[in-house]
Amino acid sequence: MTAVAAGTTLPARVPVRGIPLLRVTQVELRKMFDTRSGFWLIASIVITAFLATAGVILFAPDDQLTYATFVSAIQFPIAVILPMIAILAVTSEWSQRSGLTTFTLIPHRKRVISAKAISSVAVGVVSVLLAFVIGALGNLAGTGITGTALVWNISVTEFLYFVLGNVLSLLIGFMLGVLIRASAGAIAAYFVYSFLLPTIFGLLATSVAWFRDLQPWVDVQYAQSALFVLEGTLTGEQWANIAVTGMIWIVIPLAIGLGFVTRVEVK
Amino acid sequence: MIEITAVTRRYGTFTAVDDVTFTARAGRVTGFLGPNGAGKSTTMRIIVGLTRAHSGTATVSGRKYVDLPNPGVEVGVLLDASAQHAGRTGREILTIAQRFMGLPRRRVEEMLDVVSLTPDEASRRVRNYSLGMRQRLGIATALIGDPEVLILDEPANGLDPAGIRWMRDLLRGYADRGGTVLLSSHLLHEIEVIADDIVMIGNGRIVSQGTKTELLHTAGTLVRATDLAELRRALDEAGIAATPSGDGSLRTDVIPELVGKAALAAGIALTELRAAEGAGLEEMFLELTAASQRDGAAA
Repeated sequence: MTAVAAGTTLPARVPVRGIPLLRVTQVELRKMFDTRSGFWLIASIVITAFLATAGVILFAPDDQLTYATFVSAIQFPIAVILPMIAILAVTSEWSQRSGLTTFTLIPHRKRVISAKAISSVAVGVVSVLLAFVIGALGNLAGTGITGTALVWNISVTEFLYFVLGNVLSLLIGFMLGVLIRASAGAIAAYFVYSFLLPTIFGLLATSVAWFRDLQPWVDVQYAQSALFVLEGTLTGEQWANIAVTGMIWIVIPLAIGLGFVTRVEVK
Repeated sequence: MIEITAVTRRYGTFTAVDDVTFTARAGRVTGFLGPNGAGKSTTMRIIVGLTRAHSGTATVSGRKYVDLPNPGVEVGVLLDASAQHAGRTGREILTIAQRFMGLPRRRVEEMLDVVSLTPDEASRRVRNYSLGMRQRLGIATALIGDPEVLILDEPANGLDPAGIRWMRDLLRGYADRGGTVLLSSHLLHEIEVIADDIVMIGNGRIVSQGTKTELLHTAGTLVRATDLAELRRALDEAGIAATPSGDGSLRTDVIPELVGKAALAAGIALTELRAAEGAGLEEMFLELTAASQRDGAAA
């Protein structure tokens, strides 16, 4: 119970400088790792990537032991976990109520949200890179074990598509976190987004003739799935599909969510 | 200095903060006193921009809080000690604040020392903290930037008597060094022992404000007679408003001398006549907030 560790007068005021976005981003990045749940969620990407790699080595037919097979297998867990990471990075401020401190220290809430977006995307990109490395190790090990030929059948373009596709699905999670601001609700909404909606759109496309041509322009999962096929380059129309669905399903709801975030009361 | 001018905040038809105006001055501890749900926390959240006011302005050191470039080093804020990620350690929560503010790393250990959290306690996760430990951590977070202004909502909650004493000395020291301290409480005694200025709020409205000494001396007169009804009639005739205080005495806002003269003129023998300051702020607090208190227990 000591007195304040300072002198008898308040220190002379030095001109206070603003908080650069880089610093906010670094702290937000730190906050993604500094709880057990956050740490293990991100660690689970690496763990599941290893498991998926092992699964391919064990169960895939020898003639399919190619780099593309490994990367596609690793993609499954990543596609689920990355959006969760982005969701929790945002919603924990409300669900755990730490936003009371965060938004008091950084009153411009859009800066906090921007920092979270940057740090989430950074984690996403690094995770995907790591997945490629693990996939490459799997490919080396798998072909070494089975004695089949090494096949590196992913081009740089396909690699970049893959990274972009994962970043986009992470941003869907991020958008839902900003829009809903509650962990459980945002996660539930993500599953509606990524499983229920595509199913409904798929059924519509098979049963309603005119919708079939429309689907690529409204179904965000359908449009983005082109990035994951790992077969050659995308056409201009496919890019347009991604841009239009991204606008409808990511950019616009994100803008609405940001409007809420800046106005809503933090309690 | 904190200046709040005509701040109003409504929730639907309910007005949580109603035209609140007051100033917390530098070098003084301002106690923000009111029953639960009176609007203290809402007012404090409005000051730091977590809640928007429907009208009115709040400034800290002459600027709106959101315009402060690095608020943490100018204003220390503790609104709710439990509002922390339960999975972070105490040290980590302080480190986050230290990093946001761009302070040297050693400040974290310094502040842990100031609030008497041991290294072992600091390494524990906040979900395992007692309310008192959370409160200490919250105070450390508020103080880490060495701010000129402190805004603390119910900081004594959960502290043990020694902790309350420690916090009182700490805030006193802060104000004596020229800092501005605004702290809220629903406990009169707490405010009475620490505050220089008191702002009392009930149902969203300021019911009284001034220095502690001023408020103590405007408490009025307590008077007692065998026939209370007759005394009341006599006071009415003399133009002195009196209210029964429930224990067989009458209470008025005027000084004892006027009450005595009125009783003498009416030929009433008084059994007691005194300035009603003896009971301290407590009686005044109950009286001032009786009309606006939620449970409406008072007559």
